[in-house]
Amino acid sequence: MGKLQRILALAVLAISPVLQSAYAETPQEKGRAIAEETDRRDLGWGDSDVVMSMILRNAEGESSVRELRLRSLEVPERGVGDKSITVFDKPRDIEGTAFLSHTKILDPDDQWLYLPALKRVKRISSKNKSGPFVGSEFAYEDLVSQEVDRYDYTWLRDENCGEAAPTRECFVVERKPLYEHSGYTKQVSWVDKQDYQPRKTEFYDRKDALLKTLLQLDYKQYQGQYWRTHRMDMTNHQTGKSTTLTFEDYSFKVGLSEGDFEKNRLKRVR
Amino acid sequence: MSDVRSGDSAIRKAGWAAKYAHWVIRWRWAVIAVSILLTLGAGFGGQFLSFSTDYRVFFSKENPQLQAFESLQRVFNKEDNISLVLQPKNGDVFQADMLAAIRDLTEESWQVPFATRVDSISNFQNSTAEEDDLIVDDLVPAGSPLDASDLQRIRAAAMTEPLLRDRIISPDARTTMVNITITLPQKELTEVPEAMAHVDGLVADFRADNPNITLAITGSVALNNSFSVSAQNDMQTLIPLMYGVLLLVMAVLLRSISGTFATLLVIAFSAMTAMGLAGWLGIQLTPPSVTAPTIILTLAIADSVHVLISMFHGMRRGMSKRDALVESLRVNFQPVFLTSLTTMIGFMSLNFSDAPPFRDLGNITAMGVGAAWFFSIAFLPALMAVLPVRIKPREEHESVAMERLAEFVIRRRGPIMIGTLALVAGLVAFIPKIELNDQFVKYFDKSIQFRNDTDWATDNLSGIYQAQWSIPAAESGGISDPDYLRRLEGFTQFLRARGEVVHVLTLTDIFKRLNKNMHGDDPDWYKLPDERDLAAQYLLLFEMSLPFGLDLNNQVNVDKSAVRVIATLENITTNELRALDEEASAWLQDHFPSAAETRASGPFVMFAYIAKRNIEGMLTGTFFAFLLISATLTIALRSPKLGAISLAPNLVPAAMAFGIWGLTVGEVGMASSVVTATSLGIIVDATVHFLSKYRRARVERGEDAEDAVRYAFSTVGTALWVTTAILVAGFAVLSLSTFKINGSMGMLTAITLVMAIIIDFLLLPAMLLLLDGRRKDRDAGQAPIAQAAE
Repeated sequence: MGKLQRILALAVLAISPVLQSAYAETPQEKGRAIAEETDRRDLGWGDSDVVMSMILRNAEGESSVRELRLRSLEVPERGVGDKSITVFDKPRDIEGTAFLSHTKILDPDDQWLYLPALKRVKRISSKNKSGPFVGSEFAYEDLVSQEVDRYDYTWLRDENCGEAAPTRECFVVERKPLYEHSGYTKQVSWVDKQDYQPRKTEFYDRKDALLKTLLQLDYKQYQGQYWRTHRMDMTNHQTGKSTTLTFEDYSFKVGLSEGDFEKNRLKRVR
Repeated sequence: MSDVRSGDSAIRKAGWAAKYAHWVIRWRWAVIAVSILLTLGAGFGGQFLSFSTDYRVFFSKENPQLQAFESLQRVFNKEDNISLVLQPKNGDVFQADMLAAIRDLTEESWQVPFATRVDSISNFQNSTAEEDDLIVDDLVPAGSPLDASDLQRIRAAAMTEPLLRDRIISPDARTTMVNITITLPQKELTEVPEAMAHVDGLVADFRADNPNITLAITGSVALNNSFSVSAQNDMQTLIPLMYGVLLLVMAVLLRSISGTFATLLVIAFSAMTAMGLAGWLGIQLTPPSVTAPTIILTLAIADSVHVLISMFHGMRRGMSKRDALVESLRVNFQPVFLTSLTTMIGFMSLNFSDAPPFRDLGNITAMGVGAAWFFSIAFLPALMAVLPVRIKPREEHESVAMERLAEFVIRRRGPIMIGTLALVAGLVAFIPKIELNDQFVKYFDKSIQFRNDTDWATDNLSGIYQAQWSIPAAESGGISDPDYLRRLEGFTQFLRARGEVVHVLTLTDIFKRLNKNMHGDDPDWYKLPDERDLAAQYLLLFEMSLPFGLDLNNQVNVDKSAVRVIATLENITTNELRALDEEASAWLQDHFPSAAETRASGPFVMFAYIAKRNIEGMLTGTFFAFLLISATLTIALRSPKLGAISLAPNLVPAAMAFGIWGLTVGEVGMASSVVTATSLGIIVDATVHFLSKYRRARVERGEDAEDAVRYAFSTVGTALWVTTAILVAGFAVLSLSTFKINGSMGMLTAITLVMAIIIDFLLLPAMLLLLDGRRKDRDAGQAPIAQAAE
């Protein structure tokens, strides 16, 4: 079967449950079904490794670059979140600092940070996942794996995907965080009808005012199945600051295991 | 210059003016209709008028302090704030119900429109060590038991925390604050009122639920809101008051119902036209510019009064209404035009001011004066031609007082000259005693809630005045460099050692606390980390632990190459602030190579330099106004010599007024910069009237200087002091403004006008007698030829 045909077959398969129940669904059910489908299509990626670079800009036009590596491990059980380690390479004074996170669905994540200058691993009280990640416009909660059960969903409408993918049609889905200590009241996502990947997300703050917009660009498909964005542009409308996160090519199934995501392995991460 | 030729042109002009007067009377209904339509057309623009709600309107886009502050805000965060200052009626802050109330208020404050951050004692991100972990949490978290030991923990942490003490909590633990950071998009005028309305609702609920807690609202958003509150208050009180004063004046002066009615319409039309045009032009109203209608009413009345008094004077001498009206227009056309022109020049020179509200004030008033001129010479005579006027012919007695004054001046010209000059010199000597001060809280009088609340907050917790510095490091990420941190610590200590500094917000306090936390909360480790990597990693760890909205982005730039230091100050004057800025700058130059160029910034710093900048701008403006007005005068009087003599009475009064101010009040803000130029345009009118009558006596009647002075006193003396009285009353009304700048401007102008009339009645005639009177012996009839030969 050719690649194109396979994608087509998958697309038909994917859309069919949505199509079948389209007229019987409530907007809540439809919204959730879209999220489930996104999740379903990403099952089985196993583990991955990617090099990222983060460019922070303020309203004055000043910018600053951070470089980091992200290693992730898929945890297949539905009630348990994925695990990840972020290792900082630049700036030099935080080189080797490593951040380990065990994502939970509704409870606060377990998080540790290894500080090479202190040669110690420190646990972080992660009620605060809503704060800026290394001073950027991304909150930690924007970056962690998007577990389906963390939100309530409502499908709003279908429309063009907008600036991130002007030729595509999108589902527009509102989702409200169910976990405590989120910085948001809601998010509105534009999810591509073809590949079920988010193209744009709007974040609304505690007083329900538009806070940030995220554009997810440069999607590439890996192993014929897994779509990954290679550029994320986050703009804060209230402060005029923005952050661009770019990804080099992903490596999948690099042989990481649960043991590599243990707290006491953090010191040896390179 | 030929007086013969100018005499002819005067007659030609008078002929033209008489023709014009006949034309206006013939087409009276059309003129009335057109005037009303013009007023309505212009006045329609009034719907576009809005009240500005931003203190930044006082600064032009070119203002260097504004530019520096906006740049700093783009690097860190653009911040305005609303501070809710709280004090329990009994006891201190560390009581269970008090802390619970603060915690709830803090949570609710996130809902304020445009709020981007809320800081209080309850959500302070306190870091502690727990075994090997760093715990960062609210100081008063949601589940806190608030029992005796918990209260003790909170008190101990809060009272020793340099980030809180003297800023969020008073040293006596009686008063605390919930500080809401507001990031205004600055797109709509409704933003500030919207945020304030929400806060007012929040505060009303809070007060109802907590009757035992005193709460005051202050901060820069409250300040912004007060500009519009003050301007609207002034609109509602000063303008009706002004109409009342002027009605009274007209009733006494004119003793004519139709004359009063017509004048009332002229001044109302003038003010409406000016304000309407301001609306069409998109001018935003500010406390200074809302004084424009009051000033226009005052200035506009003079034109009408001149026209009507001449007309009634003619009718008393037995002329018909129509003839009296034509004669009045004939004699008044030129003086009314001239005085309007000089007044407009004076007000238009406000465009040289650095503060846009004064430019607006100048332009609106100039438009109003222009409109007043038009309505006085077109609408007024047309209306008077229509309205019934009953004036009984009777003898008018000359003013005995004016004659006595004339004789006194003529007899004692020498001593008067010396005496007035000595008085002038004596008063001018006090000008240096004037201290420029623009403490913006003091702009508002105590009828404005913001002023009372801010005073209370300053007395009980800390001031609203702040100065901030963005301290750059030598390189990207350089704020973690131990050398940088030591110097930053040094600068912090320099600031804290100063008496006027209440509190300093600085990153070094966070570094010291983190270092301590990382060493099991051992107090010996409460010091700066001495390795760059360690400091950077502490900071990373701390940043990763902070929740939404409580990050360090308002203190550290994205490149980690600059830190913002914020000093909260005592209730100091702007002079003292400039001294602090200078000394801080000197300290940085000596001790901090990477920050050697750094100057203080912030709203208070902007106000600290505003008076100076405005005075610099207005020096040029006043000079141009002076040149133009002097040129106008010289042309009008057709005599360079009289023009030169007129300089003294035009310049001296403002100097005397400032001297009196220095002697009595001593302190003045940016209002001072505009008074000289605006009053110049007004006081010159009296000089014009006096000198033109003097010249007419010399040239047309061939009198010597003494008789010419007598003639001037008897013809215009009364009119001059009456006009001055009206103007002084008008500007004195301004001193009732809720906005101090307007009050100072009104008082200074009123004093200048009083000084002007004194100078016009004493120094001016004395100078004429001494400098123009040497040809007393010459045959009077030859005077014009002799002058023409000059």
